[in-house]
Order: sequence, then structure tokens, then C-alpha cells
Amino acid sequence: MNSIASQFTNNNNNIIRNEINSVTHEFAQQNSLNLVPSITLPPISQPTDFLRAHTDDETNPDCKIKIAHGTTTLAFRYQGGIIVAVDSRATAGNWIASQTVNKVIRINPFLLGTMAGGAADCQYWETWLGTQCRLHELREKERISVAAASKILGNLVYQYKGMGLSMGTMVCGYTKKEGPTIYYVDSDGTRLKGDLFCVGSGQTFAYGVLDSEYKWELTDEEALYLGKRSILAATHRDAYSGGSINLYHVTEKGWIYHGNHNVGDIFWDIKEQEKSFNNVDG
Amino acid sequence: MDIILGIKVEDGTIIATSKAATRGISVLKDSDDKTRALNARNLIAYTGESGDTVQFAEFIQANIQLYSMRENDIELSPKATASFVRNQLATSLRSRKPYQVNVLIAGYDTKTDTASLNWIDYLGTQVELPYGAHGYAAFYANSLLDKHYRKNMKIEEGLGLLKLCLKELETRMPIDFKGVYVKVVDKDGIRSIEGY
Repeated sequence: MNSIASQFTNNNNNIIRNEINSVTHEFAQQNSLNLVPSITLPPISQPTDFLRAHTDDETNPDCKIKIAHGTTTLAFRYQGGIIVAVDSRATAGNWIASQTVNKVIRINPFLLGTMAGGAADCQYWETWLGTQCRLHELREKERISVAAASKILGNLVYQYKGMGLSMGTMVCGYTKKEGPTIYYVDSDGTRLKGDLFCVGSGQTFAYGVLDSEYKWELTDEEALYLGKRSILAATHRDAYSGGSINLYHVTEKGWIYHGNHNVGDIFWDIKEQEKSFNNVDG
Repeated sequence: MDIILGIKVEDGTIIATSKAATRGISVLKDSDDKTRALNARNLIAYTGESGDTVQFAEFIQANIQLYSMRENDIELSPKATASFVRNQLATSLRSRKPYQVNVLIAGYDTKTDTASLNWIDYLGTQVELPYGAHGYAAFYANSLLDKHYRKNMKIEEGLGLLKLCLKELETRMPIDFKGVYVKVVDKDGIRSIEGY
């Protein structure tokens, strides 16, 4: 691959190759009748390998492109609907790129998508999912089911499998026939329906708190607090999670935003209130 | 580390698949069904690369059902089903992105009144077996079944044998697979067995 890449990147310096290229270029131009559509391809033999070589932090710490990674997101179903809670930190390698990222994508008034993994991938494809859902609505005169919406996304990412997409997302929503529903969809094509999911580098920390306190009969207030508290736990232990917490509640009337909670502020309040976080002085 | 096990008995075939859906170090779901009904008397159980598995199984399911719609409600026999699946995997193997899926197909042929179990891997190896498994489960279950399996067992005896296998897997497998779903394919069709 490198030989081919260098052949193309250095071709300005090579007179003979320039000549050959210009001749073949002219030759190609003459034959093209502009009837057949064509696309420009990157001048490398294996685009997927090329992308991996320049973005995979794991195998090559010196890679030039650091994709924003690292997150904690969670969603769970309970008696009163769905709670969605996420952090807001974006990291590129060890660099905190932002503390104010919006990781919940409002697909429509009844559907939310969470964002973990590549920020660009999630943002782009979930807004794309939004347009697909709207088109479904216009065609069928009926709101799309959560199952169908998540399957559109699942099939899309499956088409791109192995080509470097990186996303872990939960599609959360409410429809009359399904009730409150959560689907987990990730970039290797997995699509799972479930009651409770945590996704991202801080998922284990969030699961720890969430599993221990979770029950179906939670009140709305308890559920919102548990969601917030689980993300707080993750932001405390996971270096790649932090910033602030965005909270959502999904009911039969659609989603309701429950505000942005700065981790730095609520940590001390919760520590004092709960008498928890005894590993921290102050 | 998914477990799929199949045992053929005289009057049917038993399939057991683990309930855990795992990614990285987290169990994402403890009620994942790794089987799809292809038609009234054919059941496919699958393991392998996440994403590929469900896509492949549902692709096979759709095509088997399409066949029945086109051919005046004729249902494909277990043998024909297995050949079709094998052929799809073998074709896929030489493509740019092969399906990395291993399957067991439990079937009951109403023409000959025989149960069958087909073992197929992602390379396109197909064998008809009395009992079989994929993945790590095979290392424990095969020796056990080699010793205890008898011809002409009834479904009840087969389920007893399955219990034996599962007990061994629960004691020796390093990771909790969250129990199994058990299904039986026989002359009456596909049914779930509760209590596992």
C-alpha cells in the first residue's frame, strides 16, 4: 500500500511519471463521453487499511488523526418510561477536545439517539436517520417504530462494516404499539433490544451503580437521579468521561429535557448529601 | 464464547443456545436468542462475528421463506436447507468480506420421518451429525456426548443428556453464559422447552 501511496504523493517530482500521467490523462479524457457516472477514488489500493493506519490509536500511538472517542452514555426503561443520561466530554487521544459536547441527538420529538465512539460518525448518521424517519412518516402517514428506526441505522452501519465506522448508540423512543423501547446499535452491526444499556469507555462504572440500584418500580424522580448518579460515577473514575451530564426522560408524550448538570458542581453536593465518595477529601 | 449445542434423537432434534450477548467485558443482554426459524420444521442456530450472525441468519430465513412462497407452499427439506446455507457460506468465503458465521441446523423431514442435525462452519464445511457444537462448548460437550450418546434415544433422554452437558459447561467454562434457550424440532414443528 505504501509503495502505491508514495508513487502518487511523489509524482510531482518524477518527470517521466508526470509525462506518462499526463498522456494517459489526455487519453482518458478523449474517451470519456460523460455518459457514464464516475467517482473519484483515493489514490491508494486499500482505503480501509489506509484509514486504520492513520487513525488507530491502539496500534499506532503516533497516528496523525485522533478520532474523538471515550464517553459514558446510558439509557434504561422503567415503570415511568425511559431515562437517558450522558456525559459531555470529547477526547482525542489524551487531549480533552471539549467539555460541552451534546451526546444526545434529538432525532424527532419522540426519538432520541445517544452518541458514543466517533463523534462525527454518530452525529452524521443519526441526523441522517432523522431524515429517514421523517420520510417514513410522510410516506406511511404514521410515526416510525423504534424497531424500524433502529434497523435502518443497524443495516446502514452493517453496510460499512470493517471500513472504520466507530459508533455505539442507543435508539430510544416511544410508540403506541411498542411502548417505551430501547435498541442498542453499534458499528459492528449488533442490534439488541433491552431494558438497560450503558455504552462507552465508562460503561462498566455506570453499570456498577445502575445495576445495584435499578428496579422497574422506580419513581420518575428516583429514576432521573439514578441516571445522573450513574454517569457521575463514571465521570469520576473514567478519565475519558466528564464535563457535564445531560438528562432526558422519554414518555408517551415524547422526550422531556431535564437539564445540563455540571459534574464539578454536583459532585460536591452529592458527596455531602449521600455521604459517598469517601475516597475524596473535602 | 457463545454456546450452541445440538443433539439429534430418534424423533426430533434438540438445540441449546446461550442467552448472553457480550461485547468487550460487558454482558449487554442476558436474554439473547441465537436462533431463527427458517420454516415450520427447520431451525438455524448461529455463532460468530457480531453483526454478521444476525444479518446472515435473517438473510437465510428470508430466502427459505421466499422459496416456499414461490413454490406453492412447498417447504425445503432439512438436507436442501443445509446445502443452501453451505453454498451461501462457501460463496461468501471467496468474497471481499466473508460472513464469519458458524451454524447448526436442526430439521425434521416429514417425507422420510427423520430428524437431522447439520453442522456447518464459516469455511463451508457441512456434516450431518448425531450431535454437535461450535466454539469452546464443543471441547467439553463432544467428549461427554461421545461417551453417553446412544442411538434411538427419545426426546426426554436427549434433554437429560443436554442437562449433563450444561452442568459440565457451567462448572468449567470461565465465563457465565447466562443459561440457555432450548428448542426442539420434531414432527409437530419447533417448540421451546422452558426451565433452563
